[in-house]
Amino acid sequence: MSERGLLNPRREVRTVVLVQASQLRPARRERPGFLWAAPAAVFFTIFGIVPIAVVLYLSFTTWNGLGTPEWTGTTNWRALPEDTDALHSIWVTAKLTIFCWLIQTPLSLLLGVWAAGPQRNRAILSTLFFLPLLLSTAAIALTWLSLLDPNFGLAASLGSYVGVPDGNFLGDDSRALYAVAAVISWQFVPFHTLLYQAAARQIPVAMYEVAEMDGARTMRQFISITLPQLRNTIIASSVLVVVGSLTYFESILLLTNGGPGTATRVLPLHMYVKGFVGFDMGYASVLAVLLVAVGTALSVLIVRSTGYHRMNSDREGM
Amino acid sequence: MTIYTAARHRAAEPRPRVTATRTRPPGRGTAGRRRPVNAAAGIAASVWLVIVAVPLYYIALTSLRTSDSYLTDGALTPPSGLTLENYRQVVDLGFDTFIFNSTIVTVITMVLVLLMALPAAYAIVFGGTRAVRATFNTFLLGLAIPAQAVIIPIYLLITRLHLYDSLTAIILPTAAFSLPMAIVVLTSTLRDIPRELFDAMTVDGAGTVELFRRLVLPLSRPGLVSVGIFSGLNAWNGFIFPLVLTQSEARRVIPLGLWNFQSRFGTDVPGLLAAVVLSTVPVLALYLFGRRQLLRSLSAGYGR
Repeated sequence: MSERGLLNPRREVRTVVLVQASQLRPARRERPGFLWAAPAAVFFTIFGIVPIAVVLYLSFTTWNGLGTPEWTGTTNWRALPEDTDALHSIWVTAKLTIFCWLIQTPLSLLLGVWAAGPQRNRAILSTLFFLPLLLSTAAIALTWLSLLDPNFGLAASLGSYVGVPDGNFLGDDSRALYAVAAVISWQFVPFHTLLYQAAARQIPVAMYEVAEMDGARTMRQFISITLPQLRNTIIASSVLVVVGSLTYFESILLLTNGGPGTATRVLPLHMYVKGFVGFDMGYASVLAVLLVAVGTALSVLIVRSTGYHRMNSDREGM
Repeated sequence: MTIYTAARHRAAEPRPRVTATRTRPPGRGTAGRRRPVNAAAGIAASVWLVIVAVPLYYIALTSLRTSDSYLTDGALTPPSGLTLENYRQVVDLGFDTFIFNSTIVTVITMVLVLLMALPAAYAIVFGGTRAVRATFNTFLLGLAIPAQAVIIPIYLLITRLHLYDSLTAIILPTAAFSLPMAIVVLTSTLRDIPRELFDAMTVDGAGTVELFRRLVLPLSRPGLVSVGIFSGLNAWNGFIFPLVLTQSEARRVIPLGLWNFQSRFGTDVPGLLAAVVLSTVPVLALYLFGRRQLLRSLSAGYGR
């Protein structure tokens, strides 16, 4: 009864006031309109959306970066299938993406689950774990460049233990891509570990308790509870690894500059070389259009796999 | 019911943690929960620890070595004498200018992103007109467009605006590319504001500006901190925009400065690593004082 306000005069008064307020000033019940989003929208349009249209336009022109772009029709596009370096760079990008996924996903999954657990020294150790996150790509690439130096670096002394007596990792055709993948993974595993740690902490403990009562061992619990519960995180993290592979350009520029030869030249680096080293901006734009296409497709994937587009609160039902 | 019996059953065994968890309020204190210790994960953790610690030890140690010691001793052998000479040398070579430039770029980028993203998130969560929704979808599509893909038109735009080789040239695109993530994080923060609160205030006659000032601004603090850290780190560590859009030494930021050191003084690795340490000091300080907040910011928006 009291909930209805009959025995609660204060509540009833309040209800009346609310009704009156809304009737007296209906015009003021407004919601924030587009104007609030306008600065961000305009800014992102200028630097994010318009450039996509412009890069498409530039791909039909010839431009050396200084003068005015001149329309040349489909010349640049017809040059694409003949550019063996471009096809090779797409292949290198794909291989690098796969290597990075194979290293990062199992490792960060295990580390994340471990970091979510009850170990005694976990807090101190995980402080160390995440330190690579703080270093810039340039700092990490240059540090590893000196660590992998075949003359003075760690590679010189440890190389012989892993079957590389000359310690030459980055300068060798067959090893350079693995070395690059390893450095990139060193940089990004902590980030993915964070994602898995956060997700593993949300798995209800009761599930493990029940499983243990039923006699399930640790391994069985990991396979039957942890992995299925982390399914969405595995998808999200994997998508981010793939997306990230489009931006590895910087590490590779500093580590190997695409070499030796073109052994580590990924698509973004190939584009950079064509555009800003060879000053063939028109053809470089063709490669950029390919990047945009892949990037947009991946954005759609991220949105699908993380549920950003949902308009309700994540906290509900937690 | 099953869960309850499970807990009772446990209580008999010497495992006090289970009962401790029971009394804890929900949503807090996840650290105390009991989870199975996975041996494979433990091994992976130890190996990873070594893999992370060795390069970090190497950076710190080598930055304090003399050049001679670097060339003659092994990479990880502790040197006989440590020196701060490398740090002095790095500052003499103009690293203080790079730090100054990076600081300006970082601060202005952060402010720009926060000023634009919060009102936009406000309109997206509480407005919901068709134009606003279209804007939000555009930002979502922008999440994975790599900066490299549009660097050529941005270069064209910046040169046409006569901004080439200025700090503004770095700030504008860096801020623009932080916006999609900033808006995603802030919209998810604002969605946690109870709708009833918003409705009650509108019914009381609060206008959109007042709602923004009295409701949205105070309640979005955690999201703002996350976005500030996230976009700040992006700007501090950004490489591609400074690389393509600036040229002179007076406009150089830290990541480019590091690269420049490396190409100019190839073998002066101690000097380079001293520069690496200097470039990380501000972030490291932030990490030591607010590790949880920093880590949360980095994964904000991705975690479910």
